[in-house]
This record gives sequence, structure tokens and C-alpha cells, in this order.
Amino acid sequence: MRIVVCVKLVPDATASRSFEPDHTVDRVSVDGLLSELDEYAVEEALRIRDAASEDGEVVAVTMGPQAAADAVRKSLQMGADSGVHVLDEAIAGSDAPATSLVLAATLRKLGADTGPVDLVVCGMASTDGTMGVVPAMLAERLGLPQLTYANQVTVDDSNGAYRVQVRRDSDLATETVEAAAPVVVSVTDQINEPRYPSFKGIMAAKKKPVQTWSLSDVGVDPAEVGLSAAWTAVVSAEARPPRSAGTVVTDEGDGGTRLAEYLVEKKFV
Amino acid sequence: MTSFTLSREHEDFRAVVREFAAETIAPQASEWDRKHEFPVEAVRAMGDLGLFGLTAPEEYGGAGGDFTSLCVAIEEIGRVDQSLGITLEAAVGLGINPLQVFGTPEQKDRWLPDLVAGRALAGFGLTEPGSGSDAGGLHTRAELRDGSWVVNGAKQFITNSGSDLTSLVTVAARTGERPDGRPELSSIVVPAGTPGFVAEPAYDKLGWHASDTHPLSLTDVRVPEDHLLGVRGRGLAQFLATLDDGRVAIAALAVGCIQACLEMSTQYAGERTTFDVPIGSKQGVAFGIADLAVMAAGARALTYQAAAIKDAGGAAAEFKQAAAIAKLYATESAVTATRVATQVFGGYGFMEEYPVARFYRDAKVLEIGEGTSEVQRMVIARGLGLPVE
Ligand SMILES: Cc1cc2nc3c(=O)[nH]c(=O)nc-3n(C[C@H](O)[C@H](O)[C@H](O)COP(=O)(O)OP(=O)(O)OC[C@H]3O[C@@H](n4cnc5c(N)ncnc54)[C@H](O)[C@@H]3O)c2cc1C
Repeated sequence: MRIVVCVKLVPDATASRSFEPDHTVDRVSVDGLLSELDEYAVEEALRIRDAASEDGEVVAVTMGPQAAADAVRKSLQMGADSGVHVLDEAIAGSDAPATSLVLAATLRKLGADTGPVDLVVCGMASTDGTMGVVPAMLAERLGLPQLTYANQVTVDDSNGAYRVQVRRDSDLATETVEAAAPVVVSVTDQINEPRYPSFKGIMAAKKKPVQTWSLSDVGVDPAEVGLSAAWTAVVSAEARPPRSAGTVVTDEGDGGTRLAEYLVEKKFV
Repeated sequence: MTSFTLSREHEDFRAVVREFAAETIAPQASEWDRKHEFPVEAVRAMGDLGLFGLTAPEEYGGAGGDFTSLCVAIEEIGRVDQSLGITLEAAVGLGINPLQVFGTPEQKDRWLPDLVAGRALAGFGLTEPGSGSDAGGLHTRAELRDGSWVVNGAKQFITNSGSDLTSLVTVAARTGERPDGRPELSSIVVPAGTPGFVAEPAYDKLGWHASDTHPLSLTDVRVPEDHLLGVRGRGLAQFLATLDDGRVAIAALAVGCIQACLEMSTQYAGERTTFDVPIGSKQGVAFGIADLAVMAAGARALTYQAAAIKDAGGAAAEFKQAAAIAKLYATESAVTATRVATQVFGGYGFMEEYPVARFYRDAKVLEIGEGTSEVQRMVIARGLGLPVE
């Protein structure tokens, strides 16, 4: 099975974040890491590859500035087989529609260059933008079925063709949805426990192939992407004031009463 | 001079171990320490991450990695929990290494895979009640009788020797007398559970509470003749050959300790206010923390330089000297660093609620195990050509 996993480098959420003058996230001066939600996607892709009866392949695809290659590198260290990095200055500031446009073009080129892709796995959202729409947009652009927010993925290859089944758990119901490959799947953070790369994996990743493609390589017009092509514009961005310390109620036998008094005072009850 | 810049892969690996340690070890380190609990599950998780097999050959399940990668792992585990740092250090340096270097193919096939995977631990019993720094003065005896070694004696302070995961202890023993009248020393593998081999109740230690340390008693312990490790009569020389590695690994553990002190102190000095300003705005506090940064950088440089010499296959004498220098500087700095850090924390530094108190207790033994500071100075002075006895 040929699996593509879409990965993104995001600013380290534990470090302080800042914005560029054009209100885009500063992705240069902050340390980046593979989006935590994408780790689940990589892990699931690896598990599906390794569980399959035939040899498979996992290709990690990213788009973004130079540093974004680190997201591919981490995926390779975890066990992906090869990587593609779409790198082009015109990409900076791309919104979700533009991102899905570039990724779709990249997937088409991958399919044309090295054979059809059976499964595309994405995280359910990125930990920086948290829009969660790219997987759906990508599926639309590619004309593929989309199975989103999967808490479980099973692939059945018994009849010579792959059928992909996912379980979605919502507050109201648990759904089981399936589609014939190729499909786009997005996975939640409940689906698995991502592995840590081993030292062996880290050393092996050094030798794995990574291709760097420009927008013209994937056949996307630079005018269609980037900040100027974005459908929406951020007009202002201000850091929230730090939260003030809450009130600590130490229970000296009257804890319940004091909590109730507080809620009444704030007109919650 | 060998370069000691860490590669990008080593730094990536450091980030992985740091994340693992923060998620799997740090949250429970204080509790294990308080309960004197050897955390079997955490050790297994370290095994799953491949930490015990970093330097072991791939055919035994190892990563075939370099010594530097092991030092990185020990430093990062030690940064959050010195007990688990020493557990890893001893498991590889004293447990796996002698088998890997001196074992027969059969011995390696039999014992290495479980040790490399972290499913089992091995100890090395050299020190005795009557011999420590003068390790060669040991009294435990092993006699060959009807195709079996019969071992009698006692061992002192043996790490990883009585845990639920312990599968064997390599015991240094007298196996006869040399023509010149001096004792013939050899190493013998004693599997856990062999009748007569008893790990006595664990020590009540000042620090390293979550590490497994026992006195051992050996009474008519019988193991097959093929449990001799390496060459008969070469026991001490074999041990000394693996000792330099251990010194660098202990230095890496000390670097982790200094780094922890540096980070805890920097954070606390920025948060704690007295006289309406953070204590870090007082030179009396800030300069001490600046010194911690110097110790961390110095100890780290010496440690990874020594590791780089080993990885580059440098001359034995050069490595020996670099290892002793790194161990001495890093461990003595670690003790100083814990003293500085507890002082930065004031009264809170004396409370077990804060990890800094645990590091304070844990650091002292770094100057003692695997060759005391005095022994390191002896080695260094001899390396300079001085006629120290
Ligand atoms: C927690 C812990 C774990 C350990 N784990 C192991 C283990 O797994 N396996 C093992 O075999 N051993 C282990 N040891 C033993 C350790 O290696 C010895 O404690 C150490 O080598 C010192 O020996 P000693 O305690 O007998 O001290 P001694 O040798 O009696 O030394 C006492 C003091 O005299 C000094 N001294 C001794 N000789 C000289 C000299 N020639 N010149 C100047 N000063 C000298 C020493 O530096 C020290 O300050 C462990 C020890 C501890 C505390």
C-alpha cells in the first residue's frame, strides 16, 4: 500500500509565540517541531503499512519554509520511507484553500512520478492554526472520498482492492464509515500512541531520500497561493494578557460554603 | 585533538530522550525516591526506547550506535532522575559491556538479547566489604570442582543486583594463585536464582533511592564451567578495560545533574521575589547561577570530548586521561552545583517537595562510584608521569 502522510512544522507551543508585521505567525525565529497532531497521522500510516500483507511505503509530505524539512525528517526518523518538501517563497502566508491546492498538486505529481497513492493520512488539525479543514479540502480537490476524525482505521485488502474503514466517535453516536481506496483520512489524537524515534531510526533517516519541489515543479501558479491570494486576512493580532491567578479556596471545613458564595457573587448561580 | 561537536543526529536523539524523560520519568521521580521504589515499568519503557542497546551490535537487538549516543541518553535521563540515570549507566557499563566485550558467542546469544532490550538487567560484583578502591584485594573465591565453579564470598554495594529484572551478576573472584604468589582473578557469571546466591535487603542510601543496590552473599554457589567470562586469570585486567568507559558515562550523569541545577535555579531566581524584586536581580544570586552555566558547559565539553576520543578509536592512554579528567571535573562540579542550587531555593531547597533537594542528596555518590575523586587524581597524576604510588 502506498501511503502519503501530510505533516506540518509548527512553532513550539511551549515557547513564546510571536507574529510577523503582516500578522502571520513568526515561523523563523521560533523553534519548530512536527505538529503533535501529525505524529498520530505518521504513527497510523506506519502501522497500516506494517500490518499490510504486502510491502508498503509511507511518504511524508510537507510544504513550508526551509525549516519545515524538519517535519519530514522527524517522520523519517519515526519510520517513514521517503519525503517530499514543497519549498517556495511564494507559499508564505498561504491559507487553507491554498495549502490544499499545493498539497493536491503535490499528490498528483507523486502519483504520476512513482505510481498511484492508495491512502492519504492527515492529522485532524494543525496545533498552530487548528482549522482542521485541510483534509476535507484536499479530498475535494483530488475528487477522493474523505473519512475524517477517525479514532480507528482498518484497511481490508482481501479482495485485491483496498477498502478503508474508520470509526468516528461523537457525543451522539459512534459511526463506522468506509470507502474504497484511494481515500483521504484524518485521524484524532485518540487513535494511537505515537512512537518515539529510536537512535537507530534517527541514523537510518539520514539515508532516506527527500525531494524538494518548487511550485513550478508541482504545477501551481504562484499567484494562487501566499498571503496575497488568501481568502481571509488577519487585520490585527494581539497577544492575550496573561491570565491572572485564580482564587484558591483552602478547605477548612467550610470549603463548600465558600465555593457556593463565590459562585453566587459571580452570579453563576 | 579530537572534535567533540555533537552531530545533528545526536541532538535529535537528545530531544527524543528529553521528551521521553519529561513524559515517562519526571512526573513520578519524586515518588519513587520517597518510596525507595525501583520503577520496573519505567526501566522497561527505557528498554522499549532502545536505551540499553544503544552501543550493542544489531545482531543482539542493539542499535550499533556510538558511545556518544549512550552519554547523551544518560545525561538526559539523569537530568530528571539520577537514579534511573545510574540504572542505565550501570546496566550498560557494568552489565552489558563485559559480556559484549569478553563473552563467547554462546554466552552472548544466551544473555545479551534480554539485557539489550531492557527486559533484564545484569550487575557487576567487584567491590567487597574489605576491598573498594583496591579492587584487586578481593577475597571471594571460585573453585573448579567436577566441571562447576563453586563460588564463596560476599560483595558490597552492587547496582542492579537484586531487582525484579536482574538476570545475572558477573562476579569477580579469586580462582587460584599465580606463580608469583599473587591471587589469580577471574570473572564468573552467576545467574539470578542460583542456589546460594542471595541479594541481601537493599541498602538505605543517602541518595539514588530508586536505584537497586544490594550486598550479595555467595555460599557454595555452583555454576557450570562455561560461565567463566573471558580468560581465566584476566579478571581484573578485563574489568579495568571497561572501567574508563564507565567513568565517562558517570561524567555524563553528572552533566545531567548540573544542567538540572542550572535550569531549576534560573527559573526559580526569576520567579521568587524578595524586597519586591526577583532574587535573580541580586548579583549574590545571579553570579552563582552564572557559575552553574560555566560548570555545565565545561563538564559537558570534557565529557563529550572523552566520548569522541573513544568513538574515534583514539589511543588508550589518551582516552584514560580524558575519562578521568571528565569524571573528576563533572562529578565535583555536580556536587558544587547542587549546593549552589539548594542555596538559591533557600528554605524550599531543603524541602523534599522540590526536586532540588533530591539532586542534592543524589550528587554526592558521583564522587565515589566507579573510582573516587582521589582515584581519578591518582590516574591523572600518573598520566602526567608523576610517580604517585
Ligand atoms: C551506590 C553505590 C553503587 C555502587 N555500585 C557498585 C557496583 O555495581 N559494583 C561494584 O563493584 N561496586 C559498586 N560500588 C562500589 C564503589 O565502586 C566503591 O564504593 C568505590 O570504588 C570506593 O570503594 P570503598 O567504598 O571501599 O572506599 P575505600 O576504597 O575504602 O576508600 C575510602 C576513602 O579513601 C580514599 N582512598 C582509597 N585509596 C586511596 C589511595 N590510594 N589514595 C588516596 N585516597 C584513597 C578513597 O578515595 C575514599 O575517599 C558502588 C558504590 C555505591 C556507593
